[in-house]
Amino acid sequence: MSADGGSKIINGHLGIGGPVVGEALVASDNFSARYDLDRLKGVFSRPAHKLYGMSYVDKILILNAAKGGVASAWMLKEMMSRNMGPKALILNFANPIMAQGAAYAELPMIDRFDQDVTIAVKTGDIVEVNPAAGTLIINDRK
Amino acid sequence: MRLNDFEEDMLNGKHGWPRQFGMEQIVKVGDFFDAQDCVEVAQVHLMADTESLGEDGVEFLEKLAQLPLEERAVKVPTVTDPRGIDFEHYKELGQSDAQADLERRAIVAFRALGVMMTDTCINYQTIMPPVLGEHLAFGDTGSSIYANSVQGARTNFQGGPSALASALTGRAPRYGFHLDECRKGRKIFKVDHAPGDFTEWGALGGVIGRQMESYWDVPVIEFVSEHRHPTSDELKHFGAALASYGSTALFHMLGVTPEAFDGSAPLVDDLEQMDVIGAGDIETFIEAYWPQDDVVDVVVFAAPQLSLIEISQVADLLDGQKINEKVALIATVSPEVKSAADRMGVTAKIEKSGGLLLQGVCFYQMCAREIGEAKGWKRLLTNSAKLVNIIGGYGYDPVLASLECCVRSAVQGRLVR
Repeated sequence: MSADGGSKIINGHLGIGGPVVGEALVASDNFSARYDLDRLKGVFSRPAHKLYGMSYVDKILILNAAKGGVASAWMLKEMMSRNMGPKALILNFANPIMAQGAAYAELPMIDRFDQDVTIAVKTGDIVEVNPAAGTLIINDRK
Repeated sequence: MRLNDFEEDMLNGKHGWPRQFGMEQIVKVGDFFDAQDCVEVAQVHLMADTESLGEDGVEFLEKLAQLPLEERAVKVPTVTDPRGIDFEHYKELGQSDAQADLERRAIVAFRALGVMMTDTCINYQTIMPPVLGEHLAFGDTGSSIYANSVQGARTNFQGGPSALASALTGRAPRYGFHLDECRKGRKIFKVDHAPGDFTEWGALGGVIGRQMESYWDVPVIEFVSEHRHPTSDELKHFGAALASYGSTALFHMLGVTPEAFDGSAPLVDDLEQMDVIGAGDIETFIEAYWPQDDVVDVVVFAAPQLSLIEISQVADLLDGQKINEKVALIATVSPEVKSAADRMGVTAKIEKSGGLLLQGVCFYQMCAREIGEAKGWKRLLTNSAKLVNIIGGYGYDPVLASLECCVRSAVQGRLVR
């Protein structure tokens, strides 16, 4: 896939992890693995979350800011070890916990974009994540 | 990142794989946040409950624990956050033997690394209080915000793997709240209400936390009405809730916290003036959790673990009364506080009334979903604003109320104001 022919590039800060391509799951809400997820079932379990009841497994998960406690630092890798993690985590603003969790889990992550990434990307978009360049490429929408 | 020779050697594996792992984590996170170099940390607070670790995390610790002592031993004093199991009580809470076994394995591995199993989130009150200006690697949002704000020490939130990296290397990447620039206040809140109890202090933390846009937001709090100087426990509840709702690691409170003690705090140029917070905002925050019915299944005092002063208050309120058979009452404390509570007759008062005093754990770090399912608990009553924020995601329906209201409801078997 390339950035040509109608694809859109969004630039962020240099990220963590390797390149990956997948389907986006997007909301303007914030994110914490402990507060928001049923990690055994692989779904959002916090009733007030916009993605409540939805599966994040193998998705490019795109949310606003890292919130909540410190547990996500261990939990991301624990989820990945059971093949129940997202494919990448994309945030407007990460916090240290998400960065530490992504580094430990080798989960691709980018934040600090030149625009609100939760508006720029829509659920269902196929997105190319390149942490080494700090870019997201949204390929043609169907 | 600029590394000195010793740090380079650790990164290149000359001091063994654990320290290499540690430096790799530090460099990855440091590069992500544009850190220029490392700070040396004086102590580490490590969050590693088995619910978060899982089998995968415990196996990783066991791998480290098998290496020679000179490679695996932590380099600075390292203490632990609450764990997931109280071995004396886990069966009656419906926790499984498999959970207990995982916990035992984690403890054996941590001890092999030289980690001190303090099992507390209030280490800043009970173990070794941090010092103004001291660099730390603290791994609980509540301990981080208290150490940064009330004690003037310097740490970022360091989750388990990164706190372990700091323990193994004695280093942390220099970014965020290690730097003067990041410690400047960004939003100022005038508060026209004196919080009356822990619940209101927590609610104030929640009201401000919800207005924090990211980790980098630093609130400055100015009381504009007459108020009593806050206690350590009050600031503990305030900070824990602020950190929980806001992912916030530092606040300044004018006339209270050390970097704002003379009545002014370091501020950014484009400081944001926020709406004044009054009694109505606190009441609205608390009332939003209040249900239509009066059902209560479990009353929990936790998050943060209670100080000796708090647990004594619970015991005095319960003294001579019986908790209703329809309701369970749980309080969580550190092993140090439990020992003192045993010695002083506090535990006996709570247990005589039918309550359960757990040590070394915190309710939401104990696989609370499985406990709720095993015990049929749904409606949870607590005076902790932090706990109501967390526990909804675990299938509970939380209600926030004062300590007195929680005890009264536990005794009467229904929600009573």
